[in-house]
Amino acid sequence: MKVKMLSRNPDNYVRETKLDIQRVPRNYDPTLHPFEVPREYVRALNATKLERVFAKPFLASLDGHRDGVNCLAKHPKSLATVLSGACDGEVRIWNLTKRKCIRTIQAHEGFVRGICTRFCGTSFFTTGDDKTVKQWKMDGPGYGEEEEPLHTVLGKTVYTGIDHHWKEAVFATCGQQVDIWDEQRTSPICSMTWGFDSISSVKFNPIETFLLGSCASDRNIVLYDMRQATPLKKVILDMRTNTICWNPMEAFIFTAANEDYNLYTFDMRALDTPVMVHMDHVSAVLDVDYSPTGKEFVSASFDKSIRIFPVDKSRSREVYHTKRMQHVICVKWTSDSKYIMCGSDEMNIRLWKANASEKLGVLTSREKAAKDYNQKLKEKFQHHPQIKRISRHRHLPKSIYSQIQEQRIMKEARRRKEVNRRKHSKPGSVPIVSEKKKHIVAVVK
Amino acid sequence: MDHQLVGLMETAPKPGGDVPHKKNKLQSKRKKPRRYWEEEETSPTAAGASPGPSRSKKRKQELRPRRPKNTHIQKKSRISKKPQVPRKSGERRNLVPQRTLSGAQDPFPGPAPVPVEAALKFRRIDKSKKLLHSKSKTRSRLEVADAEEEETSVRAARSELLLAEEPGFLEGDDGEDTAKIRQADIVEAVDIASAAKHFDLNLRQFGPYRLNYSRTGRHLAFGGRRGHVAALDWVTKKLMCEINVIEAVRDIRFLHSEALLSVAQNRWLHIYDNQGIELHCIRRCDRITRLEFLPFHFLLATASETGFLTYLDVSVGKIVTALNARAGRLDVMTQNPYNAVIHLGHSNGTVSLWSPAVKEPLAKILCHRGGVRAVAVDSTGTYMATSGLDHQLKIFDLRGMFQPLSARTLPQGAGHLAFSQRGLLAAGMGDVVNIWAGQGKGSPPSLEQPYLTHRLSGHVHGLQFCPFEDVLGVGHNGGITSMLVPGAAEPNFDGLENNPYRSRKQRQEWEVKALLEKVPAELICLDPRALAEVDVVTLEQEKKERIERLGYDPEAKAPFQPKPKQKGRSSTASLVKRKRKVMDKEHRVRTLDKVRQSLEQQQHDQEKKTKPTGTRPSALDRFVR
Repeated sequence: MKVKMLSRNPDNYVRETKLDIQRVPRNYDPTLHPFEVPREYVRALNATKLERVFAKPFLASLDGHRDGVNCLAKHPKSLATVLSGACDGEVRIWNLTKRKCIRTIQAHEGFVRGICTRFCGTSFFTTGDDKTVKQWKMDGPGYGEEEEPLHTVLGKTVYTGIDHHWKEAVFATCGQQVDIWDEQRTSPICSMTWGFDSISSVKFNPIETFLLGSCASDRNIVLYDMRQATPLKKVILDMRTNTICWNPMEAFIFTAANEDYNLYTFDMRALDTPVMVHMDHVSAVLDVDYSPTGKEFVSASFDKSIRIFPVDKSRSREVYHTKRMQHVICVKWTSDSKYIMCGSDEMNIRLWKANASEKLGVLTSREKAAKDYNQKLKEKFQHHPQIKRISRHRHLPKSIYSQIQEQRIMKEARRRKEVNRRKHSKPGSVPIVSEKKKHIVAVVK
Repeated sequence: MDHQLVGLMETAPKPGGDVPHKKNKLQSKRKKPRRYWEEEETSPTAAGASPGPSRSKKRKQELRPRRPKNTHIQKKSRISKKPQVPRKSGERRNLVPQRTLSGAQDPFPGPAPVPVEAALKFRRIDKSKKLLHSKSKTRSRLEVADAEEEETSVRAARSELLLAEEPGFLEGDDGEDTAKIRQADIVEAVDIASAAKHFDLNLRQFGPYRLNYSRTGRHLAFGGRRGHVAALDWVTKKLMCEINVIEAVRDIRFLHSEALLSVAQNRWLHIYDNQGIELHCIRRCDRITRLEFLPFHFLLATASETGFLTYLDVSVGKIVTALNARAGRLDVMTQNPYNAVIHLGHSNGTVSLWSPAVKEPLAKILCHRGGVRAVAVDSTGTYMATSGLDHQLKIFDLRGMFQPLSARTLPQGAGHLAFSQRGLLAAGMGDVVNIWAGQGKGSPPSLEQPYLTHRLSGHVHGLQFCPFEDVLGVGHNGGITSMLVPGAAEPNFDGLENNPYRSRKQRQEWEVKALLEKVPAELICLDPRALAEVDVVTLEQEKKERIERLGYDPEAKAPFQPKPKQKGRSSTASLVKRKRKVMDKEHRVRTLDKVRQSLEQQQHDQEKKTKPTGTRPSALDRFVR
């Protein structure tokens, strides 16, 4: 007879002294871990609930402006520095870590229309209603010196926007035409026009740095190549586009914030159909900015809210609003992709977390592991109705909520009408036009 | 060629080999300087044997990066095709040892091979279930998930190497029947610590005993018919509490931890703590005969004389459902540890399967002629053993159609059944306990030859294998017996699930975690993995509704529109022709499919006609037209 009994030595399983950590032998045999899927589901449900519990995105409000904030700019080298221009011509520079204004400049008479920093971070440019473009030093004046711009360019017309080239000493302004300026000269290197209308914003492509995009009030988005001195092509939409923003990771993708409550992500090479139509706002979209990862963007709207959209989704994943925040004029995603800043009508700049439930500060390795695990679980069970419902739930102000309902009804009525019309007409005479193509009027080359 | 190479490389550099032949002198001048430990490219002995031209070829092969053709295939599927066997010369051919900078050779190049069965154990995705009509994006995502899953299963299989303990065993000498080995012999043969696990509690006074081990296998609770209830740490033999409830005790069961104890008494269900203090008396559960605790759902399932199966949620103290089995008195109950379905045995010979989410039984299995006396389900949820008044002991396969696998008539019939963690089946027949073993873990026990038998001092009244110990606890008329059954238990426990050595703090931590992930009672169903699968039915329903709402199918393929070709090439006639061609092709495919389907249907019908059910096939069948 040969016999062996299972006989464990407790010394191998119990810690020696109280100073040791407990021994935890593992065995991953599935029969010892029954109900794997239901338990993971419950964990995912708990994680989703906790995410909503901890969703406290609002961090700080920077107050000090004496009029509505009209434009914002990021510092290219310092994460803590932000520049803002207000409707009374005042430019302020803020320190985000201290949450304080560190410098105030009375830059223009009337609105500060545009503000942009130079890529090296030593100076910045502003344009205003007083038909000037001014270059300022980033550092304040020394003791006894007066606050004065480095250069001032006097123009003939009002400049409504400005953007700096990402690599060279060249900047572009827009107004009645798009002007490209050399920093050292007082007259533009070249001016480009296509039709006669006021152009509201101009943006340089961060990757293909010679490309520019602009949007004008005659409902079109025009693309230019700086090397050619003529516009490339334009797309005409149903309504006016307020701003565009280039994707910092994909050279040919840009997103346009439109008056018709939607945002359109275009592929520069095929302008006749947008890659994605982003719908959720209930009023005109005023500004848009990409996250540095190029996966998401944030949009500011006249409906007193900001929303975060994934690039490949047509619905927003997040909406931020407060009782006090009025029409949001400008929005920026910070360069570390963790925060969002928005400037609004009621003179405040607000700082938000880009990920509402994220824990700030240093995480321990176990916290990080738990976070990753929960993230994976949420991803795995995201389509389950219970989990989807909880993760999608957002509280909205009544005005937005009721407008969403109203617009849903309107949209449904329009769709019903179209279906009926199709039903009662000759087959093929009422074509099915997809939502993407519906809003594009024409593409001109 | 590779074979030769291996042979070449494995010859150790000979001390005399450094002196080059006269023939090779010219060549050796051109050679790069090499370290003394680096092997000579062609040792003179080998060179002498091999002809000239092949040598240069060999050199080329040596110079190129030494990755044999077969290794990349091996890397793709990490599971080796053959079950792992000691290295053979044939296998070696594929794995040419790689040389490092220092010249040392890795004798086992590449990732360690993993035996198929070990990896299969950890596979979760069922590859046979293919998602029909899925989009290419979905398909590629599923493929990625599948590859990841394979990777993790291989890793998990590889980590099995780290398990500390080996399962026990009992083997007779040649011709010796293990069933004839007595407990006393086993006790004599094993070490002192194991021998101490065999004991008898002589408690004749309080009549037949029911018993229950806690989930960690550390604690034992037992209750006698005449009201004696006790709980103890049976390893150290430390008594936790001992009371007499002055009422008949029908069944006893630990709740999620050893701190709580539920006792089915004559009238009502009572819950005690480990001091023996009565915490609750649940009057809504009355005349309970059997108790089962579902640890992951925190549900206490009770079967009553009145024919009700009641689920009590012990974490909130609410009754989840009370199901009327409509089969009279219920006194045979067990749970399926794989899917938390309750199996009830009835007096009409059926076993019914219950979930709290459904009012009706999930399934009814006719097992015996005459009533069912005992039911047990093994830990993988694959096999169910039943015994009935017809003295039969049957084993059923619970996957699929609940087919009986094997049956055996016992002289007395078994009154109690229990499965161990490694699939041993114990049956209590009168005052004898028989244990049958299978081929290994995950195989059904073979009923021909018992593995062990033991005669007790009284009739068996309760049976349970102790988790994580090679011990079978038997409650009988004369008290409690703790039998030694080598090879019964899972040797390696998981410290985060059931840790027999856990401290109080660890238990508290575990309790909080377990409560946080309490599985809702509605999720109990026959297949616990169903939650992770794609709900095709709802998906198709939603798609249909969407099409109805929109008035068209947004995902439909657009009809073929021929692209205009070069100048002058796309006349209207040619365009129509091209369009026609595509349409014809599609039409052909469709009709072919239809024809194939109808043919299959016909064949199926014919087969049905020709084979009248219930008759045995005859040799004359071949003439049937």
